[in-house]
Amino acid sequence: MADVVRMTAAETAAAVNSGTLSAAEVTDAMLAHVDAVDDRVGAYLTRLHELAREYAKRVDERVRGGEKLPLAGVPVAVKDNMCLTGTRTTAGSKILENWIAPYTGTAVQRMLDAGAIPIGKANMDEFAMGSSCENSALGITRNPYDLTRVPGGSSGGSVAAVAAYEAAIGMGSDTGGSIREPAAFCNTVGFKPTYGRVSRYGLIAFASSLDQIGPLTRTVEDSALAYEAMAGWDRMDSTSIDRPVEKASTALRGDLKGLRVGIVKQFVTEKLGAEIHALYQQTYKELENLGATLVEVELPTADYGLATYYLIAPAECSSNLARFDGVRYGLRVEGGDVGAMYEATRAAGFGPEVKRRILIGTYALSSGYYDAYYVKAQKARTMFANDFKRAFETCDLIASPAASSPAFQFNAKSDPYSMYMMDYYTIPMSLAGLPALSVPCGWITPEGGDRPMPMGLQLAAPLFEEVKLLGAAHAYEQGTKHASKYDAMVVSA
Amino acid sequence: MSSEKIDVRYVAKLARIALTDEEVERFGAQLGNLLEHVNVLSELDTASVPATAQVVESRNVEREDLTGPSLDRETVLSMAPQRQGPFFRVPRIIAEEG
Repeated sequence: MADVVRMTAAETAAAVNSGTLSAAEVTDAMLAHVDAVDDRVGAYLTRLHELAREYAKRVDERVRGGEKLPLAGVPVAVKDNMCLTGTRTTAGSKILENWIAPYTGTAVQRMLDAGAIPIGKANMDEFAMGSSCENSALGITRNPYDLTRVPGGSSGGSVAAVAAYEAAIGMGSDTGGSIREPAAFCNTVGFKPTYGRVSRYGLIAFASSLDQIGPLTRTVEDSALAYEAMAGWDRMDSTSIDRPVEKASTALRGDLKGLRVGIVKQFVTEKLGAEIHALYQQTYKELENLGATLVEVELPTADYGLATYYLIAPAECSSNLARFDGVRYGLRVEGGDVGAMYEATRAAGFGPEVKRRILIGTYALSSGYYDAYYVKAQKARTMFANDFKRAFETCDLIASPAASSPAFQFNAKSDPYSMYMMDYYTIPMSLAGLPALSVPCGWITPEGGDRPMPMGLQLAAPLFEEVKLLGAAHAYEQGTKHASKYDAMVVSA
Repeated sequence: MSSEKIDVRYVAKLARIALTDEEVERFGAQLGNLLEHVNVLSELDTASVPATAQVVESRNVEREDLTGPSLDRETVLSMAPQRQGPFFRVPRIIAEEG
């Protein structure tokens, strides 16, 4: 059964649809594998043995009834900020430690309708705030490629599950890089669709104008399949886009001929160190070898991304997280009158990073500072959108690093700002709402490390150009095959 | 933009989070440091730039006002930290007279 857990989503769905494997067999093998390795990896906060078997049974019945399901029997890890009826849904926070979701979010429901099997709820940085998964209040997740290193974040549990073969698809959410950075750290593909492509109904909000759900997978094809299953307009999310979702899985390319790939002049990779610089020069060369034409493009605002993001996202989070007040659900800490109860509940329920962001957001929105900080950041955001529009006049896609370094060791980033720097390359795309993904592009042995760690290439496309983006990423993946060079430490020993 | 120190206690009061003295100290330093970083935005000339809240498609969204199933009251109340019959129970909000 060892081979079953290593199957891609496409392989599993084909086998289950054709009857050579049952969803029940896949699920049993997967649950056994999770029970064998997850005490070391820590991808899941909650394992859903019973529910998974129940869904497997339903899928097998549907397949026997003649249905062909795009994700028949495919094991999925659901990030713990996504509601699934009857399951504990914590957002990695003490304030929701024992909360049971009373409904299922749209993206999750669509995956289940497509035949996916929910294996467990995956760990994450508290309320998706972080780039290492270390901000989870409920558990430690380790990088399957080196257990002494972080998996990245905030979708750290989802990505670790996929990298350790504990799921074929991880459902993640990306606000400033929370799908793409962990994907780079764990040798997986991580895809953030255009803002609004996937409904946010049932996703516990962090920064509503930036949050977007997307898949983490071991192949680009699987990301395309997951995207097709979860994307599309939803009446429950008025910001979801009312446009048809073009099929991406049948438009995967074998080369990059005719594509102009933009390299951002301001994204200077020299500052990442000689070895990383050389790796990305090689990566860009590979794009060229596959038929792409490289062009230099300008993103004059590049260095202002972090500042813009760290005003807008905390401002929105300070508003969104006001609902956690101890009244209707979650933790309550008594403190005398109702005001003292709010303050005591939030003091005990939120971790330090969440408190920091609520405080900076509250400050940026407070009287006297609103124009200087929040409005200024929203204007800067317009400049990002305009810069990208201009850049895409001369190129089809933009290529860059996905993260500033390979996965680092636990407790390596004690200063909050040094952690924020990990998302330097992913934040600009988030501010502009662009579809972007990370695909494995090589290996680097970090200083002081004793094994090679994966690196990721970020590709970004204009709004709604998911098909072009996934098609090109597939050509790069198949033309280079970087991901298959090393296997995860946790399963190769 | 100013580079003045954040009054962490005041902001925490607005955000309804009780902080320890140690947190006031630590967050004050960390947030001051972050503010210095975000102050680079003052270098951008945004005089003629409109603010963007929604980057993708800006349109008015309307739909039929239809009734549909909502969450089961018992399920929702079963998650309440404290309840009294069909209500959420909270500490006293208005002080007793006299």
